[in-house]
Amino acid sequence: MGMTMTQKILARAAGLESVKAGDLIMAELDLVLGNDITSPVAIHEIEKMKVDGVFNKDKIALVPDHFVPNKDIKSAEHCKCVREFARKNEITNYFEVGEMGIEHALLPEKGLTVPGDVIIGADSHTCTYGALGAFSTGVGSTDMAAGMATGKAWFKVPSAIKFVLNGEFEGDVSGKDLILHIIGMIGVDGALYKSMEFVGPGVASLSMDDRFTVANMAIEAGGKNGIFPVDDKTVEYLKEHTKREYKIFEADEDAEYDEVYEINLNELRPTISFPHLPENTHTIDQVHKEGDVKIDQVVIGSCTNGRISDMRIAAEILKGRHIAKGMRAIVLPATQAVYMQCLEEGLLKIFIESGCVVSTPTCGPCLGGYMGVMAAGERCVSTTNRNFVGRMGHVDSEVYLASPAVAAASAIKGFIACPEDL
Amino acid sequence: MDNAKGRVFKYGDNVDTDVIIPARYLNSSDPAELATHCMEDIDKEFTKKVNKGDIIVAAKNFGCGSSREHAPISIKASGVSCVIAETFARIFYRNAINIGLPIIECPEASKNIDAGDEVEIDFNTGIITDITKGTSYQGQAFPEFMQKLIAAGGLVNFINEGK
Repeated sequence: MGMTMTQKILARAAGLESVKAGDLIMAELDLVLGNDITSPVAIHEIEKMKVDGVFNKDKIALVPDHFVPNKDIKSAEHCKCVREFARKNEITNYFEVGEMGIEHALLPEKGLTVPGDVIIGADSHTCTYGALGAFSTGVGSTDMAAGMATGKAWFKVPSAIKFVLNGEFEGDVSGKDLILHIIGMIGVDGALYKSMEFVGPGVASLSMDDRFTVANMAIEAGGKNGIFPVDDKTVEYLKEHTKREYKIFEADEDAEYDEVYEINLNELRPTISFPHLPENTHTIDQVHKEGDVKIDQVVIGSCTNGRISDMRIAAEILKGRHIAKGMRAIVLPATQAVYMQCLEEGLLKIFIESGCVVSTPTCGPCLGGYMGVMAAGERCVSTTNRNFVGRMGHVDSEVYLASPAVAAASAIKGFIACPEDL
Repeated sequence: MDNAKGRVFKYGDNVDTDVIIPARYLNSSDPAELATHCMEDIDKEFTKKVNKGDIIVAAKNFGCGSSREHAPISIKASGVSCVIAETFARIFYRNAINIGLPIIECPEASKNIDAGDEVEIDFNTGIITDITKGTSYQGQAFPEFMQKLIAAGGLVNFINEGK
């Protein structure tokens, strides 16, 4: 029986000829990641372990990004703990404020994630690197600690769901609409414990940034990982970003899948997830029929949609226009490089002239940390990834997940809208 | 591993880690402090009513969302002796085992046990008994190594004990 792309990567990392769904394997790790929230717990655990330092100082990435620049004294203590651990263990890839970015935008940009890698990160959106043809998955702090100490992690080999993409996006549709559509279709536990493999002729038309967005939200369907095949666009991206060697894996033709879905990209419409679950999706046409959803805030950024193409899409819509009176629009370029590129391309000027504020890279408002926390009764259209109860602040506030195009258009109109409405 | 026994707190589908421990408290990693905010955004009464040994029973996909280990840590530090659910989100499942919080998947128990029932779980057999109703259910028994891991208080102690 053939193997899926994910199974082939896991077999390689476990030193096995082949694996099948359900096998328990011990895999060698190419990268172990943590942030300012999860790393302190992991550091506390590794200090309790009877081990001498970390397995490989070049294969650990520590990225303070959730509550930095430090939002309060307790956060500062957490960051200090991570910084001191990085210094003591001479961690090569520790990124201080000024160098950092949101982890899942930063690591590919720095060339630390390549096809064929096995990556664990103490952050659920670690699945993002599947866009590059790597196996990457979120774990907790104890797994991160064990990974840092031993360079290994155990996995139960997942079965997979195949998504065959056909055609191309039309109009203002992007990767965010695709992944929200999929989550709406299969539910927040539709891919529980499974791989989501995205294949088909439509993949070629997706930009790398779109692929990062799609893979990033595999976890929102309960997925263990989301993964794309490696093609010319991936190779081009890697040429620009990394010197690391990599190995390309492809699913066997006779690989078995639990389910197969065919998706015509040209049939998708701008899609919005209503509170309080990502599966609660409505197309923009449904939203218009149901009546205006007035909003108070817009957030454009995050590990899901804070990359340069997201910034460009938002800026193109905001250019020469102004956000609605009383609206707060917060733009967060995901990394320093994205920020700089926004500066060079004149996007920052567009954002500020249209009435947005532009922040240094941070996860901040996505998880209700800071930089845009909401009061009771407030509503936000956000390009982030979760709209759970209380996710962006008060338990009676509401988050509507959408693409950068919908978020920008909504900021201008004051209610949920898409660029066609302008 | 000793049996778990206590009163039930009951929740529905997709209880996410943001409601188990809201991000506004993640500037702390102290278990006792995290416990004071456990389940705060889904059940404000939880921390006032929970007693040592109590049991959480939920439906599908318990612990979905963020990978924060603070979620199972806060539940364990609240004194909860076991979480029963129809299914668990995979990161939460790993985290709970790794920190030594017993969890059991059992759709029938999840469906039939009510809030306030007194429930006992035998981890050796996987049998869940609803003492209040006089019914019992067969949950998945833990393999021996997982029982030892949980009894050791989690993965780190387990590794250190050289088991």
